[in-house]
Amino acid sequence: MRLSRIAADLPIVARQYTRNPIGLFFSLVFPIILIGLFGLIFSGTSSTAVDLPTLVLDHSNSTTAFLDALNATGLVNLHFVGPMDPSQFGSYLFNAEDPVGLLIPQGFGASITAHAAVNLTVYTDPGNPSSSALVEGAVNYAVTQLNFRAAHASPIIGVNSLTVTSRSFAYIDYLIPGLIGFSILTSPMFSMVELVSTYRKEGFFRQLSLTPLTRAEWLTSRVVWYVLLTFLSAGVMLFVGILAFGAHVTISIGMLPFLVVGPFLFVSLGMLAGSVSRSPESAAVIGNIITFPMMFLSGTFFPTSAFPAYLQEFARVLPLYYVIDGLNSVMLFNSPSRALIDFAVVFVIALAIFLAAIVTFKWREE
Amino acid sequence: MPSAIRVEGLAKAYGPVRAVDGISFDVPEGHVFAFLGPNGAGKTTTVEILEGLRNRSAGSVEVLGLDPWKDGAKLHQRIGVIPQEFRFFEKIHPREAITYYSRLFDTPADPIAILKRVYLEEKADAKFDTLSGGQKQKLGLALSLVNDPKVLFLDEPTTGLDPQARRGIWEVIRSFKADGRTVFLTTHYLEEASLLADDVAIIHHGKIIARGPPETIVAAHGRPDRLRFEAGLEVARYLSSRIPFAVTAENHHVEVEIREKEDAIKVLAALEESHLPWERFSVVRDTLEDVFVRLVGRMDDGVIKSEAA
Repeated sequence: MRLSRIAADLPIVARQYTRNPIGLFFSLVFPIILIGLFGLIFSGTSSTAVDLPTLVLDHSNSTTAFLDALNATGLVNLHFVGPMDPSQFGSYLFNAEDPVGLLIPQGFGASITAHAAVNLTVYTDPGNPSSSALVEGAVNYAVTQLNFRAAHASPIIGVNSLTVTSRSFAYIDYLIPGLIGFSILTSPMFSMVELVSTYRKEGFFRQLSLTPLTRAEWLTSRVVWYVLLTFLSAGVMLFVGILAFGAHVTISIGMLPFLVVGPFLFVSLGMLAGSVSRSPESAAVIGNIITFPMMFLSGTFFPTSAFPAYLQEFARVLPLYYVIDGLNSVMLFNSPSRALIDFAVVFVIALAIFLAAIVTFKWREE
Repeated sequence: MPSAIRVEGLAKAYGPVRAVDGISFDVPEGHVFAFLGPNGAGKTTTVEILEGLRNRSAGSVEVLGLDPWKDGAKLHQRIGVIPQEFRFFEKIHPREAITYYSRLFDTPADPIAILKRVYLEEKADAKFDTLSGGQKQKLGLALSLVNDPKVLFLDEPTTGLDPQARRGIWEVIRSFKADGRTVFLTTHYLEEASLLADDVAIIHHGKIIARGPPETIVAAHGRPDRLRFEAGLEVARYLSSRIPFAVTAENHHVEVEIREKEDAIKVLAALEESHLPWERFSVVRDTLEDVFVRLVGRMDDGVIKSEAA
């Protein structure tokens, strides 16, 4: 392997690439479009609190205490609706966008002071079980608090709730490492597979085999090119993600190993897939069979933790999973030890595929 | 003169098909050697084996003293190759392509000087996919010259080119030979072979059926020279009764085979005596093309079974 020949090949790769607008679009513009698209679609869901229309017909200290307790759960956003007859509240909610609601009846405070039983009314929507469950849970919690207070008792069993990560994440935070992984996968795979089989059909490799350039050098210069391209597209995605969508991600030197070993893996895989297929048409099919499951199931658009268990298991056999998990570990969870394991997995797979591609890929015929 | 290329008993089989069937030849340094044959005769297979792009089934091959398959990397430093229908990366300019090759071969090269040699300098900065067929082929020729090769292999370099582009390529081959270098050329244009080659081998069905300098092949396999003139059938009848040479007549033309120059005088004397009308006198000589068509045709008719060189 001679560095000077890789350096000679690299400008040819770069020119072939940059003089073709489609390739540039998929590497640089497409990821930004995806960030914009997914960022806009999901930007509203970063808060999980449910809007809760509340009709208050009692204005006592107990009501204030109850609403404070309910508000403190953080699970609901209270929206006070103007005074109306309790019988109208149901039909009011029926026409609302999210038909859940809470009614605090007249005499609520007086009953509590008199230690007489009194009921709150919670309206839920069977069509939206998750927000209904949140509302019921929050109201029950606040009611329990008040019951204890009325009985002058204090709870014996408590729960300390801590999130595993140091902070909670918005969807856009997951989306940035996910889409960097997406472009690490797609930008080499979509072009390398077809390029290799086309080049072979056109006789370019026989042509190159008459020069001192070796297969390993040829592949290495492509890896270098896609690493540069990945740096560029990751930079653009970080820029757009942070500035336009307020993503909170850590930019650190720990990302670099993944931005290098990721393209190394997928350029090699693309070459392997292209060299085992007999025609550009079958190459495209083989490329898609490899690319599509990884594109959706490795945590690109959604964290894998949101998947059903069997899909989470499946994701663990996809090489891209480890690239994205590694990026998440560095950019979100600040977990270098986990990133190190991910890196080791990706590196070993990449090296194996690189060597397999070199061995499988013959430039001349027997 | 030492040999640039030596081939002994070379054979290549693709499954049951014997594409090359035990051929032997020798190309001295400084010669232009033309490999002639119809499509599918085994020309490309042979030239690819010589270039080290394909392994052989049997026989021995040496190019510049090297085994092309085993010592391919070493050999490629010293030979230039233009494959059939040369193609290059479509967005790359000729100037960049030559710089690329000179860096790969680690040898200094002036792109414009090389492009001038193949008459392509005005296209130095055009994308490859905008070049015409002849210009593409010229770039192939230019690239094959970058490493200053001792032997140049050209596989049908002028197929599909217009006459002017073809002449340009011939010019480069001639100047290459003038430097004392060796050229191995495959072609199915017989004119090309007879104009350029010192030595010709005609290959058919994987076997060499004729070999030697173009004139020698024509002399050995061609018909005798003919006197030809415009005349009627009665002239042919008169001549065949008066002289002992083969006379043929067709379409107001009469041809008489002659073996020595005295024969021509006898024919003309007989014509003069006949007092019959005739005009437009010429000598017809077989070309390599006529020989080729006859040889290949006779072989296909089963007349020639094997006639190794």
